[in-house]
Amino acid sequence: MASAASAIYFLNLRGDILLERRYKDDVDREIAESFRDRILNARERDATAVYGPIRTLGSVTFMYLRHADIYILLLTRSNGNAMLSFQFMTSIVSLFQSYFEGDLTESSIRANFVLMYELLDEVMDYGLPQLTDPAILKTLILQKGYKADFSSLLGANVSLADAAAKKAKEAAAAANATLSVTGAVGWRREGIKYKRNEIYLDIVEQVNVLMSNNGAVLRNDVVGRIQMKCYLSDMPELRLGLNDQMQDVTFHQCVNLGAYESQKVVTFVPPDGEFELMRYRVNDGITLPFKVLPVINEVGRTKLEANVTVKSTFSNKTMAGPVVVLVPVPDNTASAKMLVTAGRAKYDATKKALVWKITKFMGNAEHTLRAEVALVASTKEKKPWGRPPIQLQFQVPMLSCSGLRVQYLKVVERKLGSAYKAEKWVRKLCKSGDFLIRI
Amino acid sequence: MSDGKYFSTTKRGEIHELKEELRSLDRPKKKDAVKKVIAAMTVGKDVSMLFPDVVNCMQTDDLELKKLVYLYLINYAKTQPDLAIMAVNTFVKDSQDPNPLIRALAVRTMGCIRVDKITEYLCDPLQRCLKDDDPYVRKTAAICVAKLYDINPELVEDRGFLDMLREMLSDANPMVVANALAALQEIQELAGSGGKDLLQMTSQTLNKLLAALNECTEWGQVFILDSLAAYDTRDPRDAEKIAERVLPRLQHVNSAVVLSAVKVILRCMDVVALGPGGGEETIKGWSKKMAPPLVTLLASEPEVQYVALRNINLIVQRRPAILANEVKVFFCKYNDPLYVKMEKLEIMIRLASDKNIDQVLLELKEYAQEVDVDFVRKSVRAIGRCAVALEKATERCINVLLELIQTKVSYVVQEAIIVIKDIFRRYPNQYESIIATLCDNLDSLDEPEAKSSMIWIIGEYAERIDNADELLEAFLETFPEETAMVQLQLLTATVKLFLKKPTESAQKMISAVLSCATNETDNPDLRDRAYIYWRLLSTDPEAAKDVVLAEKPVIADDSSTLDPSLLEQLVSRYLATVAAVYHRPPETFVSRQRMAVTRAEELGSRKFEEDDGATPGTMVSDNNAAAAAGAAAAAVGDLLDLSDASPVPVPPAAAVGAAAATRGLDDLLGGLDLGGPTIRSSIPHIHPAAAAADPFAALANSSPAPISLGISPAALSQLPVLLANPGGVSVQGRLVRQGGQAVYQLALRNDTLAPVDGLMIQTNRNSFGLSPASQVLAVSAPGGVIPPGGLAPVRVPLLVDPSKVTPPPLNTGLQVALRTNQVGVLYFNDTVPLSALTEETGTMEAADFLAAWKTLPPEASTRLPLAVPSAEVAKQRLAAANLFVLAHRQVPATSQDAIYATCRITAGGVGQVLLELKFVAGAGGVDVSVKAERQDVAQLVFDGLPAVLLGAA
Repeated sequence: MASAASAIYFLNLRGDILLERRYKDDVDREIAESFRDRILNARERDATAVYGPIRTLGSVTFMYLRHADIYILLLTRSNGNAMLSFQFMTSIVSLFQSYFEGDLTESSIRANFVLMYELLDEVMDYGLPQLTDPAILKTLILQKGYKADFSSLLGANVSLADAAAKKAKEAAAAANATLSVTGAVGWRREGIKYKRNEIYLDIVEQVNVLMSNNGAVLRNDVVGRIQMKCYLSDMPELRLGLNDQMQDVTFHQCVNLGAYESQKVVTFVPPDGEFELMRYRVNDGITLPFKVLPVINEVGRTKLEANVTVKSTFSNKTMAGPVVVLVPVPDNTASAKMLVTAGRAKYDATKKALVWKITKFMGNAEHTLRAEVALVASTKEKKPWGRPPIQLQFQVPMLSCSGLRVQYLKVVERKLGSAYKAEKWVRKLCKSGDFLIRI
Repeated sequence: MSDGKYFSTTKRGEIHELKEELRSLDRPKKKDAVKKVIAAMTVGKDVSMLFPDVVNCMQTDDLELKKLVYLYLINYAKTQPDLAIMAVNTFVKDSQDPNPLIRALAVRTMGCIRVDKITEYLCDPLQRCLKDDDPYVRKTAAICVAKLYDINPELVEDRGFLDMLREMLSDANPMVVANALAALQEIQELAGSGGKDLLQMTSQTLNKLLAALNECTEWGQVFILDSLAAYDTRDPRDAEKIAERVLPRLQHVNSAVVLSAVKVILRCMDVVALGPGGGEETIKGWSKKMAPPLVTLLASEPEVQYVALRNINLIVQRRPAILANEVKVFFCKYNDPLYVKMEKLEIMIRLASDKNIDQVLLELKEYAQEVDVDFVRKSVRAIGRCAVALEKATERCINVLLELIQTKVSYVVQEAIIVIKDIFRRYPNQYESIIATLCDNLDSLDEPEAKSSMIWIIGEYAERIDNADELLEAFLETFPEETAMVQLQLLTATVKLFLKKPTESAQKMISAVLSCATNETDNPDLRDRAYIYWRLLSTDPEAAKDVVLAEKPVIADDSSTLDPSLLEQLVSRYLATVAAVYHRPPETFVSRQRMAVTRAEELGSRKFEEDDGATPGTMVSDNNAAAAAGAAAAAVGDLLDLSDASPVPVPPAAAVGAAAATRGLDDLLGGLDLGGPTIRSSIPHIHPAAAAADPFAALANSSPAPISLGISPAALSQLPVLLANPGGVSVQGRLVRQGGQAVYQLALRNDTLAPVDGLMIQTNRNSFGLSPASQVLAVSAPGGVIPPGGLAPVRVPLLVDPSKVTPPPLNTGLQVALRTNQVGVLYFNDTVPLSALTEETGTMEAADFLAAWKTLPPEASTRLPLAVPSAEVAKQRLAAANLFVLAHRQVPATSQDAIYATCRITAGGVGQVLLELKFVAGAGGVDVSVKAERQDVAQLVFDGLPAVLLGAA
């Protein structure tokens, strides 16, 4: 039951295997190759069936996840924990992204295959997920780390005694690393030193909303993340007090969940450097930063009139970064004439939308787009237009639409006590998630 | 720093070059060479011939290089069991290295090498590593015990490794605890249900696990939570204690941790419910805490969402209160993938209540106007299901449906009519006023299900529709062309009309229909039903009225409701697993036969069997077939189980209707009202009969089937498996040469619960134009029917059909399709062995051989990694495969034998092939040179020869 997979495969969108790692002996490459015929192409052959990302063919279960231009595929023959398998796939995607300092794609797999094999050896053993946290793994597997170490050892004319001493030192360092990856405070090593202790705390919120065309909110939530950068010496414990606005919170593994459960204080010994402290979701009491009022009319078969008004509801002391409004138009659009009160608008044929961009959107302001869209009349019977929703993209700094506030952030170092000083910075950013308005 | 360069190779002489580089003394060059080898392995090239050279690089201080060599070993040790021994020394040495990373790497890799001889050497290092000072080594060693158990269970038990694992549950390091636990779970699964309880969970172990839960990695938490969920307690206080410790896990960012925690808490709820006062308050409190994390699962990638939704569907059925107020979060987003939307719809229907129905309907109406046809249809169905489920909301649902009909979009109208028929069945005589609107849309009906629904409505309410006879008459015009479903419905509706309004025109219609249905059709269902009506009407019209116009039982929406015992099993035992995603018990898709443990000696030969195409090829059976078989089984179960006090409110007529529809079993009662009642659903209805069905139980008591292959029943089951399909139809078999042609010896095993017949076979175009002489399979079983649990041998002679030859290069792959009446088309891939192609008359004169050797283009050579005991044996085996030996000599000044042989293959235009084999008797390695008119023939021979020389053919 614990096992998540017998093997993992990375395939491109055509179904060619780019990389494989088998963890058990009960599947082979040939089975993975049948993914193309039996699953990818089957979808084309049988367009009416709706298949989820998990299928069993014969007695082999295929679980797959699409990411960028690749598929990640896990095979298993047992009734394993499917959620574990899928979560594992998403976790290793972020692991590779972190190591590659870029996306996981067909070309980055080729460029890093040695590193990937090394990581795949560490993230799973006999189908059991092991370590996938990039911060932890980076103490074990460095991108350039030991290459540099060894080449200096080989290149220079070092005496045998020196080499032995170096080897012993390496073993000791490795032992240190293994302790920290398996230990209770696995995310932080001992003896970190900084000249200046600094903490950056960023609250990044994504607003998801679905509005009807008359402005009624059908569904609305805010997904927030607290990102931290900690440059702190020694073993400090941090306490973060928040006003209780959140419906559901998930924490980084460094957070003491018991303490949160009882006192509602986020208590943790932070990892060194950048990490995501927590995520939360808020459903109620959200103030939407924008309101949109669309009027879209199909006039006859060859014309469409759009009139879209966007209002900002936040205070006029703040200003939103670029705001982009995507107003969808039918496939058979020929051209569009647009009039805007601010920013620029153009028709984008690939997006099938009018793209209206306003670089600076002041608080408490209102802008309107008026468009007349000419459609190509077709002789075929017209398929009704799906009327996809209008989409809004924006970023508003120093705004928290969930109402979440940081009440305090305390740093306590047991050994140094009050002598321990740290500078603290708190920032906020409100971004659009799925900000959709039906028309 | 890109590694991409390692993929670019200079084709010719590549292997030789690599060999040189691997032997180089220059370390960077050597390491580059190993990387090139791994790159070649990555793209699927066979680089096993470099085995000794790569293993020689193993002793190195460079950790990265060592890891690459170990990776190579894992991949190829199986093919070179003898050479793999070379690695043992380094392994043992590495397992004592001062660096814990190297110790762990050694023990991890050794466990992955499934070669018996290595296993022996593994025990001592493993024993040491289990007691290592370093937790990283211990956590790796713990898993290695499970690997070793997979290879050799006795060894694990003899060496006391299981006890050591149990002791490790008290380890100070949380990751070691979690891995020891996971290893024990894996071993438990390998041992099967017959094995004793390895974990022996006591309250002491329980406390240790709960303590480790707070500290270990996210994955370790999942292992611990899953074992907590399996912990069987009856004590409500215990359950409360566990739940209190597990509740904080709901806040974890990892979806797998959250869902496993949910599973534990659901389990605890069941136990608490047994306690004083039914634990109502406790359960309420926990439920409240579970809702938000379940909702947050929907913020992940669509694939994770899908798994979450399938599980939530089960949770909502088992504990509706948890998400009762959350219907909004299941509203579909415009850009959700279709598979996510469909699941959300299912949950929306389940959560719809009198309180939120207006909101839900508004949403469903919105979906019904989108452009994706499948989604639109399902949304319309959803409105119908809400109407059937919520009596107070029915009128509002009907109004929405009528609005949708006004859109005149053909598939929306048809779908709406289908669900309105269901609403009529659920609430008879309440909403007939809308019939007039429906009748305005007859023209747009072109799908059988919509047509038959409309016809059912006309027949059922004939007395209230003034022009019912005219409407039916319009449908009757096309009677002979209609599908069986529509024909049956037309027949019944006409009888109803006649009984209700015996006008002249009705009489004319009924006689026309009856004569058409009895004389001009070859559908037995239709004909039989028509005869029954005819008799009834002619002997006793009153009785006919009693039967045909009898009041029908009211239906309920049970189309996707699971049987309570299965639901309970899925939620409390299998939540989060594949079974919970499928809503099916694991026996239906997991083969219970453990993968046989293959030992080193077998492995050597198995490799060649694989080349021979004899071991299981690509997995090809689709689970749809199994699902269909399962559904059929379920339907049969319904039929036989009518008296059973089933808790699911399935009205008997509905059940029989479904059974008849799926199985073609007709029945007087069911036949009278076929096609009316049930609501179609995309999720197969699961019945206890199917759930309990054991595909293997049927096998045990099956009698041996007659044999016609000329091989014993024992040998029959020894045939290589071509298609394994537990619970479906499996195929074993091999291609041989008999009587001057290629012949497929097949054995078909029917593990479904119904007889299988109508077997036909076809091959895809292939390099040799092999094609069955007859597509119809002459199964040696009575009537050509394979009974449930039966094993039927069949011999299929293959002819060479030049029109089916694919263009060069030669490829030994053969794709075969097998058709059955019951489980549809099955596919499997096989490879054509050399010995099935070589012709009996393919010899030639020695002199001609010499002449041909000189004139043919230069030969292709390779070295096959196998040992031939003696030249005589080799000659016998070659001759047995129609490879005619023309000369045999000792190579001067060596102990080598050289054999010259020839064969002819007409199929695929291969022609005459000349071979030279050089080897030292008893030693490994056979050098083969091949000359032929066509260049691509050599590979065919290289691939096929090992099986011949090993006498496997």
